[in-house]
Amino acid sequence: MTVGTGNPPSESALFWTAISKSFVYSLLVCLGVIVLYPLLWMAASGFKTNTQIFNAPFAIPLSWSLENYIGAWNEGVRSFLVSSLIVTATSAFCTVMISAWTAYGLTRTRMPCKPLITGFILGGLMLSPTVALIPLVRMMQSVGLYNTHWALILLYTAFRIPFTTFLIRAYMLELPSDLDEAARMDGATEGQIFWHIMLPLCRPIIVSSVILHILFAWNEYLFAMIFTNAQEVQTLPVGLTSLMAKHGTDYAQVFAAMTISALPIVLLFFAMQRYFVRGLTEGIGK
Amino acid sequence: MVTAAEHPTRGAATDRAASGWLRRSGLRRRIAGLISLRWILLAVLLIGVLIYVPIVDNFRVSTTNRDIFTGEITNVGLANYERLLQDPVVWSALLNNTLYALLSIIFQVFGAFLLAAMIEGLKSKRARNFWRAMYFIPSAISTTVTGLLFYFIYQPDVGLLDAGLRAIGLGDWARPWLALEETAIFGIIAMSQWQGFGYSTLLFSIAIQKIPRELYDAAIMDGAGPIRRLWSITFPMSREMTGLMVIVTITGAFQVFNEIMVMTAGGPNNSSQVLGTWLYQQAFIQNEFGYGAAIAAVIFVVTMLTGAAQVWYTAKRRVKL
Repeated sequence: MTVGTGNPPSESALFWTAISKSFVYSLLVCLGVIVLYPLLWMAASGFKTNTQIFNAPFAIPLSWSLENYIGAWNEGVRSFLVSSLIVTATSAFCTVMISAWTAYGLTRTRMPCKPLITGFILGGLMLSPTVALIPLVRMMQSVGLYNTHWALILLYTAFRIPFTTFLIRAYMLELPSDLDEAARMDGATEGQIFWHIMLPLCRPIIVSSVILHILFAWNEYLFAMIFTNAQEVQTLPVGLTSLMAKHGTDYAQVFAAMTISALPIVLLFFAMQRYFVRGLTEGIGK
Repeated sequence: MVTAAEHPTRGAATDRAASGWLRRSGLRRRIAGLISLRWILLAVLLIGVLIYVPIVDNFRVSTTNRDIFTGEITNVGLANYERLLQDPVVWSALLNNTLYALLSIIFQVFGAFLLAAMIEGLKSKRARNFWRAMYFIPSAISTTVTGLLFYFIYQPDVGLLDAGLRAIGLGDWARPWLALEETAIFGIIAMSQWQGFGYSTLLFSIAIQKIPRELYDAAIMDGAGPIRRLWSITFPMSREMTGLMVIVTITGAFQVFNEIMVMTAGGPNNSSQVLGTWLYQQAFIQNEFGYGAAIAAVIFVVTMLTGAAQVWYTAKRRVKL
């Protein structure tokens, strides 16, 4: 079977290759424009005046003054951003710590009823937050957590533990157990093994989990809308809609607020792309 | 060993010393096992109290009604479910969810698959990374932001869409997209495709990267063109990812909420309601918690079915590998 480089490509084959290549590239570029243009338009409109937005939607801003951005910042965006940071950081920490503990327990200890517990925890993956919504509101109201950051932190943590445990558990299952067995023989306690051996070994998946959690918590809207109503506790996604309801006619300022809210997560994506991709593939592929 | 510890009489036949040792080590093991439950305690507690309990409680709530004026809660049995069957908005909401699922499968599963195949066919690695990353950007942004952005884009006065249509001479097509009953839901679904296609493209890219190169080399030697290779190698070899994406997409389509809330809140005239927004409308605007819980039960059934399909699908795949 030595076909090798065989017959040289004919002229018509070359022609079709060129055609299909230019088709692929024009499609990719078109889609790229469709994806980017609205986002750039959003950021640029934040620099415009309202009259310019109405009269020349396609035009480039006349001046690059940060007036709208500063206006939006003082009009509530600063407070929304702080709330988002508090809720995202705290729930990311809690979710990933608890999930790592759980994954360790599920993969490295001899606990009774392990399949049942695993099923219970991972079963949470299938349950939609919408279905729990109405009873949760009453629960949060009766314990006095309604309209606090804690409501969101608790809910984000509980609803993300199944997925995060699933990610970390899959990673731990693939780690060879020689190291922790050896440490166990040397008399290390379970706690020591977890903190000094497993956690450092799991660093890549921990980073991925943190990033995926940030992506979720920064953008979450349903819980944030239902469980908070005071401006001081609202996170960015809800804050934006209330800003829109209050200053709906000041388009430029709303555009500026939207840009401020989108920017951190886009930057994070580009900085941590590798970990993003790892988390996403582990999350769906297993 | 555990049996011996549980039934000391059975162990009596064996050496007494060994039996004592067994009993003690069995007990010790058992205690160690119970202590190791500390690792999962917090997770089980949080998930139990904040996910399982409310979901079970939702079914209880769905059999009650609260009088709006007196606040009195009465048990109404299955009345809320009967009302559900007769509510035309529930049916149109279900239809909208289904429409969402179908169009998302076309664009975000099959469209994204083709796009991923094109990207992975590019020679330069940098180009491949570049396009994948660029298309992913909208998926990283909150649906509130993208929803509001498209709310503006569809506006007849400042919006890009109508201005663009007029600019290329299609001014007749310009219309207030989100304010018309016929177009509102399609406008929202289009936004959702714009936001989500990069995410599924990324996942398909990864699936395609895992296909062994030799298959392509062999096909090229046999004279198979790019379309033929796509159809005979890439498509069958990434069928598992396609199946999984179809299921995930359907689940997502029946839980959709944010973009509708932000862009139309279900309007005009309930034409763009989906189950999630209708639940919100009934429970939190009309204060009909019982009826809202019944709508939630419908979402529960659908997501359980797709969830079971996903478990079944991945389990089947694991056996095969």
